[in-house]
Amino acid sequence: MNNSRVQTEVPTAELGAIVGADHLRPATSADAVDGIQPQWIVEPGSEEELARVLQWANSLGIHVVPRGQGTKLEWGNLPRHAELVLSTLRLNRVVEHAWGDMTATVEAGCLMGEFQKTLSEHGQRLAYDALWPERSTMGGILATNDSGSYRIRFGALRDLIIGITLALPDGTLAKSGGKVVKNVAGYDLPKLATGSLGTLGVITQAIFRLHPLPQAVRSLSFSTPDSTSMNELVLAVQDSKLAYTGLQIRADSHDPPCIDVRFEGTPGGIDAQARQLLSLTAKAQQVESFPDVWNKRQALWTGKEPNLLCKFSVLPSQLGALCAAVFRALEQSRLTPRLVAQGLGLGFLRLEGEDGSDWLAIITRLREEMNSLGGTLGVLHCPLAVKSHIDVWGPVGDSEGLMHRVKNQFDPAAILNPGRFVGGI
Amino acid sequence: MDTSILEEFRSIVGRDGLITEPEQLHTYECDGLTNYRVLPLAVLLPDTTEEVQGVVRVCHRERIPFVARGSGTGLSGGALPVRGGIVIGLSRLNRILKVDIPNARVVVEPGVMNLSVTQQVSPRGYFYAPDPSSQQVCSIGGNVAENSGGAHCLKYGFTTTHVLGLEVVLPDGSLVHLGGKTLDRPGYDLAGVFVGSEGTLGIATKIILRIVKRPEVIQTLLAAFNSTNEAGAAVSGIIGAGMLPAAIEMMDNLAIQAAEASVHAGYPNCGGLLLVELDGPAAEVELLMEQVKSICNSCGAWEIRVAQSEAERIAIWKGRKSAFAAVGRISPNYIVQDGVVPRTALPRILSEIERLSAAAGIRVANVFHAGDGNLHPLVLFDRRIPGQEQSATELSFNILELCVKAGGSITGEHGVGEEKKKFMSVMFAEPDLETMQLVRCAFDPEHLSNPEKVFPRPRLCAERQGIYEPHPLEVAGVAEYF
Repeated sequence: MNNSRVQTEVPTAELGAIVGADHLRPATSADAVDGIQPQWIVEPGSEEELARVLQWANSLGIHVVPRGQGTKLEWGNLPRHAELVLSTLRLNRVVEHAWGDMTATVEAGCLMGEFQKTLSEHGQRLAYDALWPERSTMGGILATNDSGSYRIRFGALRDLIIGITLALPDGTLAKSGGKVVKNVAGYDLPKLATGSLGTLGVITQAIFRLHPLPQAVRSLSFSTPDSTSMNELVLAVQDSKLAYTGLQIRADSHDPPCIDVRFEGTPGGIDAQARQLLSLTAKAQQVESFPDVWNKRQALWTGKEPNLLCKFSVLPSQLGALCAAVFRALEQSRLTPRLVAQGLGLGFLRLEGEDGSDWLAIITRLREEMNSLGGTLGVLHCPLAVKSHIDVWGPVGDSEGLMHRVKNQFDPAAILNPGRFVGGI
Repeated sequence: MDTSILEEFRSIVGRDGLITEPEQLHTYECDGLTNYRVLPLAVLLPDTTEEVQGVVRVCHRERIPFVARGSGTGLSGGALPVRGGIVIGLSRLNRILKVDIPNARVVVEPGVMNLSVTQQVSPRGYFYAPDPSSQQVCSIGGNVAENSGGAHCLKYGFTTTHVLGLEVVLPDGSLVHLGGKTLDRPGYDLAGVFVGSEGTLGIATKIILRIVKRPEVIQTLLAAFNSTNEAGAAVSGIIGAGMLPAAIEMMDNLAIQAAEASVHAGYPNCGGLLLVELDGPAAEVELLMEQVKSICNSCGAWEIRVAQSEAERIAIWKGRKSAFAAVGRISPNYIVQDGVVPRTALPRILSEIERLSAAAGIRVANVFHAGDGNLHPLVLFDRRIPGQEQSATELSFNILELCVKAGGSITGEHGVGEEKKKFMSVMFAEPDLETMQLVRCAFDPEHLSNPEKVFPRPRLCAERQGIYEPHPLEVAGVAEYF
């Protein structure tokens, strides 16, 4: 992996002609992707310009890193090549908020916070909580398939996106889906692009279905004696008729695991549900629910270096076993774990260690534990020296060949984020 | 078809799994879109994934196109056989393989009926949310192919929302697993692309479904208005008030008459009938139902009924779900259309449909999922009257064009299939269609799996490079082309 790092020289005159000289600048070390510094940053001002930049890069074999704000730029394997950063930040409009139809069209470079602010003017929202909404772009959130606590009620991005415009390496601007929620005409490219890490094309616009802002919100938190009773409570809540909009677990090596439950709706409805919830939680102790409890996932990204940050996925019934396995795996180590997961079985784990920590052995051990549970583990952050020795995504299974064929159709010259996705894609 | 190939097929699926008798083949010559018919060369009924693989491998080797078929209830000709091809019927793959209540997952084979999933899990308080009106007879495999919806997808989402993973036999006979029982497996969301691909990317042989806990209460309201415009205003009011009902359905007077003649649902005889279902926590639903009633009243509803029992609720739904078939009571022939418009465009589109209907002298009954703007105009005609079928077909296509012009879609849940493939060019530009077909080229470069469907023109994948190569059987004069 990553054996070829020869950078192609970027001839910039033509590039400047496409986007204007003001929107092309030399990259600095701050633009490096996992230690590899690109040569130039280009910021097209329209979809058409963006597509022309791609077409130009493709014709010259220049490797492109699509980028929004770059908040999640380290998610992925080390790039094989990265000469040109293609920034979407000038494509930042909310194109349309069809509030009567509860849909909205947004450009890739629009910040999620800005998007939500616009939607809230008509009492609506994208029912989704991503990391760092004030500085993450919609395009970046889509490309990385980042998801938070609302997913358990409103679905993943794949369930909320209804249309997309994708710029392909050959300069094609292709639309798929549309502006209506119900639509089965043609292949579902919005889903294909979501979570594809910019390896198939660059998302320039997306259309989402929206939800109303709730009248009222209330969260309740509980402390459970151990991971077994934590898991029992998670399953009991999921098996109940409660209409929660968040169900989160938090665990670390110091305190017993906690569960957070969020209700939204009318004040009367929330009160009634809170009472029902309390009848399920006999074994747990209610604790104060702090307003920032739903930001605990994001808080995993703050702390000491060096650290390892992983995304994992197991069945909901295995969340307890997962916690136990993680803590067991770390018993002999001097690592400090913190874990935040959704009732769906998706979660994030942060391990803080020391310079001498054997991260490779830890990742291998965690993957083994996860495999035995039938789950998956991806590495989102680790010391750079470790990253060059692992595939951060883990094994894909028997569909890997098919994924390569899909990549090959969309990006035959492999100019988009080469090497960063699964199986070396 | 070459006898040695037939013999090979027979060795894979057994004597009773191969149909070649013309009389029997006629059963498979069409799906729910009965005005398109093609006789397949043979029908194969495999019993296992391995048998499906075996059949597909032979098809791949011999370049024989194949069409997978579930119950054949599709309304766009998706399961219409292709000339010179075979049909692979999946009705024998009908086992529910696993029910995992704690994780709300069910693993099924493609031939399992949609309603069987709900029946299997309802004793534990769960249901399978996608509920096409044909749910008693349509198969999960067909639902996966078409990304089927239903009245309750307004709140719960479509088939694609409820499919977590798939075992798929690719058109070269290899087996892959897309998605899985846990979420966000690494790699492209190929399960997301496969669902709704109308059988053009391969054959699903196992499907991991997500089931949903039944809500605490379900309340269904029926409101009678003088016109669909008034009923439409009530829909806007409900959505505008920040509610997300489980379903909002509308029927016009002609559709009501048909439903009454057929199943005696007890609907009021009115110009526009609204059916609103709310579900969720009791306290919430009661409060919101009062709001819905008040919105309906303020929009001119002259009769409002809330079902007082489960039996009443079922009766209300029976009328709605039987509406397509019921139209047979008031017209000898009819076309079911499936267009979508942004919900706010509904009143304008309905007026336009009325105008087109009057101009063509063809009656149109309207049944629709009003909450998400999915229209099902039923275009009524009598085949015995010369020219009427042609006029009805034209009218139904004109309605689709209206939908696209309004920013909508040519299909909300029935699929493109054979019927609407030429309309894909109305809705999408050529680069859009070419890009979609890149997926096809990755899955099925030889265009063997349900070819000639969905897209107006097949993209030539790298292997074909624009040169038409006649099928070897065609060259040998073995294959019959109808």
